[in-house]
Amino acid sequence: MERTTRTTPFRAAEVEAELHALFVRGLDGDGEAYRRFLQRLSGHLRVFVARRLFGWPDEVEDLVQECLLAMHNQRHTYQRDQPLTAWVHAIARYKVIDLLRAKSAREALHDPLDDETAVFAESATEASDARRDVQALLAQLPDRHRLPIVHVKLEGLSVAETAKLTGMSESAVKVGIHRGLKALAAKMRSGGRKA
Amino acid sequence: MKTDDLADLLAAQVAPAPRRAASRRLGLALALGLPAAAAIMLVDYGVRRDLVQAMLWPMFWVKLLFPACIGIAGYVMVQRLAHPGVRVRRAWLGAVLPVLAVWVLAAVGWWRMPDEARMPALMGQTWRTCVWSIGLMALPVFVAVLAALRTLAPTRPAAAGAAAGALAGGAGAAVYALHCPELTAPFLAVWYVLGIALPVAAGALIGPRLLRW
Repeated sequence: MERTTRTTPFRAAEVEAELHALFVRGLDGDGEAYRRFLQRLSGHLRVFVARRLFGWPDEVEDLVQECLLAMHNQRHTYQRDQPLTAWVHAIARYKVIDLLRAKSAREALHDPLDDETAVFAESATEASDARRDVQALLAQLPDRHRLPIVHVKLEGLSVAETAKLTGMSESAVKVGIHRGLKALAAKMRSGGRKA
Repeated sequence: MKTDDLADLLAAQVAPAPRRAASRRLGLALALGLPAAAAIMLVDYGVRRDLVQAMLWPMFWVKLLFPACIGIAGYVMVQRLAHPGVRVRRAWLGAVLPVLAVWVLAAVGWWRMPDEARMPALMGQTWRTCVWSIGLMALPVFVAVLAALRTLAPTRPAAAGAAAGALAGGAGAAVYALHCPELTAPFLAVWYVLGIALPVAAGALIGPRLLRW
């Protein structure tokens, strides 16, 4: 990654409190709080991932996106009384190790046993370009998954409008978004790992 | 797509996340798996005819409760391993201590038995089938719990698979205890423990493949 990222030291405990508040509001369906949570989270993930993927700077942004999608898909496994750093760290670490293991068995042996509170210590807001095009992966999904995501998540139509437009039922639209994002995560895994 | 755009996409009209999802999904898995295990026991094996009388013997309760403890510890471990960043802590002791207790019980029994009684106490009449029967009765819970785990987020898949095996093996052995005619500690110490170890080993082996996400 180009050294254009600015890393600013944060007080991790403050960040934890702020992100936790945003995330919990997001879990209750507050989209704006959730968007701010994901954006700030990606800044912290970027530094965390870059430190551990120093051999593959090109992969950093892809893995940040993979982590973000994985955390979104598994957000129901977060227990609200649990430290957010622990949850974020466990998932990010799992994804880093998964990638390193796929790249080379030897690298996986250097599994860094690091302190989980360090996840929120620094943040980099400037992203390098992702190599993998999420939009292109989205295009590969079947219509029953792709259309709900495109209409609801990208174009901002309501579930009801999307249902009318596509002839799907409202519950099929909701299920389509849910399953579609899972399928997208699976494509990120398999697509990224064969290279 | 830029990462900020992905964040926008994910946050757009986001649905509220279900609460206590893991407990409900694992609960559902048990609600499906346990009756299936009981059905296999009732239909293929049958409850032991002297069940009411057997309930008066302490060994019957040892045979029922030691696997049940392992099953409960397995549930607690699965629960914790399904949540990223939640530590297992001492829950594994709940699976290990009952085994140690049965081994101690078996060693004491073995030591106090006359020589000629030892092999019959160890092998019983059903040693050939015990392990496989427990494995068979563990299967429905095993499959259901792994299916539930696939919708959760185990970051230690081998451990999560093994814990699912402990849950299923403990449950399966407790169900099988209602049929099983054996009542000696050495028999439990070997064949029941092997029967429970079978799904634990299977879970540890297939976990990394099956539970990847």
